[in-house]
Amino acid sequence: MIKKLLELDGIFKSYPGVIANSNISFDINVGEVHALLGENGAGKSTLVKIIYGLVKPDSGNLLLNGAPFKPGTPSEARKAGIAMVFQHFSLFEALSVAENISLGMDHPPNQKDLGEKIKSVSESYGLPLDPAKTVGALSVGERQRVEIIRCLLQNPKLLVMDEPTSVLTPQEVDILFKTLLKLRSEGTSILYISHKLEEIRKLCDTATILRLGKKVDTCTPKNTSTKKLAEMMVGSSIKAPKKINKPAGRILLKIENVCSLSKSQFGTPLTNIEFDLKQGEILGIGGVAGNGQDELFAVLSGEQISQKGSISFNESNITKFTPNQRREIGLLSAPEERLGHAAAPNMSLIENILITAEQSQDLVSRGFIDWKKSKAFAEKVIKEFDVRTPSSKNTAGSLSGGNLQKFVIGREILQNPTVFIVNQPTWGVDAAAASSIRQALLTLSESGAAILVISQDLDELLEISDRFAALNEGTLSQIEKTADLSFEQIGLMMGGAKDLEARNV
Amino acid sequence: MFKLEKRPQQSQKWIYLSPFLAVVITMISGGILFAILGENPFEAIRIIFWDPLFDPNFASYSRPQLLVKAGPLILIAIGLSFGFKAGVWNIGAEGQYIMGAIFGASLALAFYPMESKLIFPLMIIAGALGGFLWGMIPAFLKAKLNTNEILVSLMLVYVAESILASVSQGLLKNPDGYGFPGSRNLQKYESAANVEIISNSGMHWGVLFAFITVIFSYIVLTRHIQGFNIQLTGEAPRAAKFSGVNPTANIVFCLGISGALAGLAGMFEVAGPSGQITIEFNSGYGFTAIIVAFLGRLHPIGILLSGLLIALTYIGGELAQLMLGLPGASIQLFQGMLLFFLLATDLFANYRVKIGTN
Amino acid sequence: MDFSSINPALLIASLMVSATPILLAAIGEAVAEKSGVLNLGVEGMMIVGAVVGFIIAVNTNAPLLGFICAAIVSGIFSMIFGILTQYLKSNQVATGLGLTLVGLGLSALLGRPYEGMKSPTLRALDIPFLGDIPVLGKMLFSHDLMIYFSVFLVAIVWWFLKFTHAGMVLRAVGENHDAAHALGYKVVRVRMLAIMFGGATSGLGGAYISLARVPQWTEGMTAGAGWIALAIVVFASWRPWRVLFGAYIFGGVTVLQLNLQAAGASIPVEYLSMSPYLITIIVLVIISSRGNQGAPASLGRPFHASS
Repeated sequence: MIKKLLELDGIFKSYPGVIANSNISFDINVGEVHALLGENGAGKSTLVKIIYGLVKPDSGNLLLNGAPFKPGTPSEARKAGIAMVFQHFSLFEALSVAENISLGMDHPPNQKDLGEKIKSVSESYGLPLDPAKTVGALSVGERQRVEIIRCLLQNPKLLVMDEPTSVLTPQEVDILFKTLLKLRSEGTSILYISHKLEEIRKLCDTATILRLGKKVDTCTPKNTSTKKLAEMMVGSSIKAPKKINKPAGRILLKIENVCSLSKSQFGTPLTNIEFDLKQGEILGIGGVAGNGQDELFAVLSGEQISQKGSISFNESNITKFTPNQRREIGLLSAPEERLGHAAAPNMSLIENILITAEQSQDLVSRGFIDWKKSKAFAEKVIKEFDVRTPSSKNTAGSLSGGNLQKFVIGREILQNPTVFIVNQPTWGVDAAAASSIRQALLTLSESGAAILVISQDLDELLEISDRFAALNEGTLSQIEKTADLSFEQIGLMMGGAKDLEARNV
Repeated sequence: MFKLEKRPQQSQKWIYLSPFLAVVITMISGGILFAILGENPFEAIRIIFWDPLFDPNFASYSRPQLLVKAGPLILIAIGLSFGFKAGVWNIGAEGQYIMGAIFGASLALAFYPMESKLIFPLMIIAGALGGFLWGMIPAFLKAKLNTNEILVSLMLVYVAESILASVSQGLLKNPDGYGFPGSRNLQKYESAANVEIISNSGMHWGVLFAFITVIFSYIVLTRHIQGFNIQLTGEAPRAAKFSGVNPTANIVFCLGISGALAGLAGMFEVAGPSGQITIEFNSGYGFTAIIVAFLGRLHPIGILLSGLLIALTYIGGELAQLMLGLPGASIQLFQGMLLFFLLATDLFANYRVKIGTN
Repeated sequence: MDFSSINPALLIASLMVSATPILLAAIGEAVAEKSGVLNLGVEGMMIVGAVVGFIIAVNTNAPLLGFICAAIVSGIFSMIFGILTQYLKSNQVATGLGLTLVGLGLSALLGRPYEGMKSPTLRALDIPFLGDIPVLGKMLFSHDLMIYFSVFLVAIVWWFLKFTHAGMVLRAVGENHDAAHALGYKVVRVRMLAIMFGGATSGLGGAYISLARVPQWTEGMTAGAGWIALAIVVFASWRPWRVLFGAYIFGGVTVLQLNLQAAGASIPVEYLSMSPYLITIIVLVIISSRGNQGAPASLGRPFHASS
């Protein structure tokens, strides 16, 4: 007999201008892995926050074990047996593992007992952790373990996991899945939030699909094709970007033996990075977040000057060039963080144009800004990249993630870069926008530009890149032709061989 | 309870409206304060805000004073506004003001009693240089070593005050001053005197410079790439770095210009209204200008208006001291309250406020 | 000049006296900053404490009551900063500066009738045996209550931050307020309490100037002590015992400088009296050149719970 653990009935939540959840009902059974599937903006996060007591629904009811359940705070939710692993970890870098775990518990034991407990629980679930270590010194995968152990120590009835695999290598994903299946066998229910279809088909017993705040369906993913799931999630079929195979041209960018220290206390220094970037090719750089991606980007964009090694562009040395000198010769870049790095949130789109397009579009003469020209270029980007905004005078911060990302990428592409460096081009962007951004990158490469894409989305890299390499702890793996690679090999490249051996013991 | 909802973008209406609202709330609470002090609140408010400009007995004296007081405040506040926009917090304008005065006066006294048309322009340069150099200390330390500029610039105020005390009793002491501390009176030294350009208007060269600075600053901030870079640095430091803004140049520019303008203000003051270097030469303009800058929304025109308003509270405050025996410090409090209410009403520009539960 | 007039035992004893106001203010500010709040209003809170403490002590002839009232009033005064920055989301730098300016104005207004009066001071504690030890007794065991209290307070803060759950929550809030909020901690409430604690200890520090160190009331008598306290928090890398160390070093410099003045050193008085400020700058430079380690990651950042 199937027992229901949590029943959601007609959950409704609106924010000004958006309905995040509209009349959502489904049940989570005891001892099942239930997937919550949907795109960015489908309403998954809001729903989860309601279950965890961070947000109150406008209407609708929750039943836990048949009894009404209205968590007012996360602590009430925890008391009722609900635990949550966040997508953006709620960890404190300067505090130790034990302190971090203690903060997430309602009645933490003293630090010494807790340390012992952390050790025993983490080992029994195959997730070893040192309780005395400072969290800032841990890898992303280890940080997720801290979150998971924090939850497990509460003996939860329902474990909520928000996009847990986006920060893991394929091998680490396997370890996580083993842990989750062990938990299920012990009777714990898991609400598993993801937009990765293969994963869900492999792991989950049931899947509820959300789109634009509404429930589309609840189904058994093992019996549903990936294509069907994708259609339910996205609503219409998204056309996949077209890739034309073409021979790569001459070397445009040559990186030799580059080393760079990280500016942030807990960052990853780069050691001996070497690669070439050829005309008309896309080189994809994968890897788990926090393995030197930001540092690599900074060295290439010119925000950070490498301590050692050289960067040459068209055979001339540009190692010490500033960002603007690099732009002048046609080396453009688009950083990962849209708000605050690629764009200034409180400034208008016209002003945001000036951040990178000053020289190529000749927007400034003798120090004075030509606002008319800036506006014209802003409007060109808006039009050609289908950026949805009332006007070019709106601030960058008022745009949705996908629209701002299209603006940021479009701003660079319309300057006709010779070499284009982009970090996480489609991070947190809806499927339609992601697809159009990928298509734009492919079109740019067909026109002869060399493109470097740094991304944590393996599917994306496999789709658009000609060659692939992975960053691991600040070093770059061998570079391989994408067409020849298997997921297994990619995992090995991302993990770094040493690391894997240790884990397989 | 009330609930805040972040606006997707700042409300333009409230950006302009909130300073006025702050002034009104300050008048009301100021009135309450005066009532507590045992004065008729309406009379006190009238004496501070109305009488200096329109009372037949006082206006002829007070109106020129308005420009005399507003000049240095505007000059300093315009300088500060560049840094405040960029997140470079120069709190030590008072020290730069003192150093500008000392530099300017030293130059004049070095030439005394020679008369030449070149002396005053040279003093202007010396005054700006004095403030500039004093501002360069925190700028250099911030740019090279990332030392906190707030604390360094502030500590330098105390150092400058000590230097002021030293020179007014030593180096710059009037040899014909019968042993009293303080320098010669520059107003009596024709080539060095900062005179009124239009008589009985209060409009001395410093006030003219303040007006020119307002226009200059307006152009830089709205049309020039340097102004854009400053605003970008303040809004999004990483985006500024990405855009190729040189952080060192930015810090040097912001502290340099605010130092130079504060130094100029000090020079014009010592050569004009004050006349001489004394131990009590500085009167807190450097600190009050911080209020002027914020009240003016860091916008040149706003600073012009808020400089005049704060100058009015100074004069009105003196009048209230005279007429009602209100303590001088109450005006300082009044000005501080104005800043608080402005900061509080800023809320409306960034958030929608909803009343009600949930 | 005559160095023999400088007595090392007295020097240490007066060092503690001159360090205590800064120590009290700095330890409170360290707690506020640990919770992620940068309150530049220390100077203002100190001077309010100084004037309130003085007024109460003069009128009641009970200096201890003066200290208590100074702590309470400065704690309330700091709530202006708390409400503005935590509830009305104002800029912390501007608000802190405003608090200092208002504090200076308010204290001048309140203290005007008291200019030039003398206040009753705290008696030195009579510690049996320890106080009778030659040299050491005079140096360490013949002080008033507040000096011992300030050291005790440092110990309490150290223990609180390191060993208690509440202390850990406070550090967590200062480190990552979004994460603390996601775990269900009341970020704003924690910060309000930290600000209030900072206000109260600043008030005590200010009162120590007007009731023990000087002891009289003059306008603007804190003379930058609040700013020096802020510098000492940076110097101490936000660690309580280092705050004590920093404050005592600073006290030493001040006392030495005063002693040199009294001994008639050939250096002009103005240059000696600027030395504490110059030394503060030098210390800041040394600290910053090796990087500001230990700064709470959310220090000075505004927090708005988006959900």
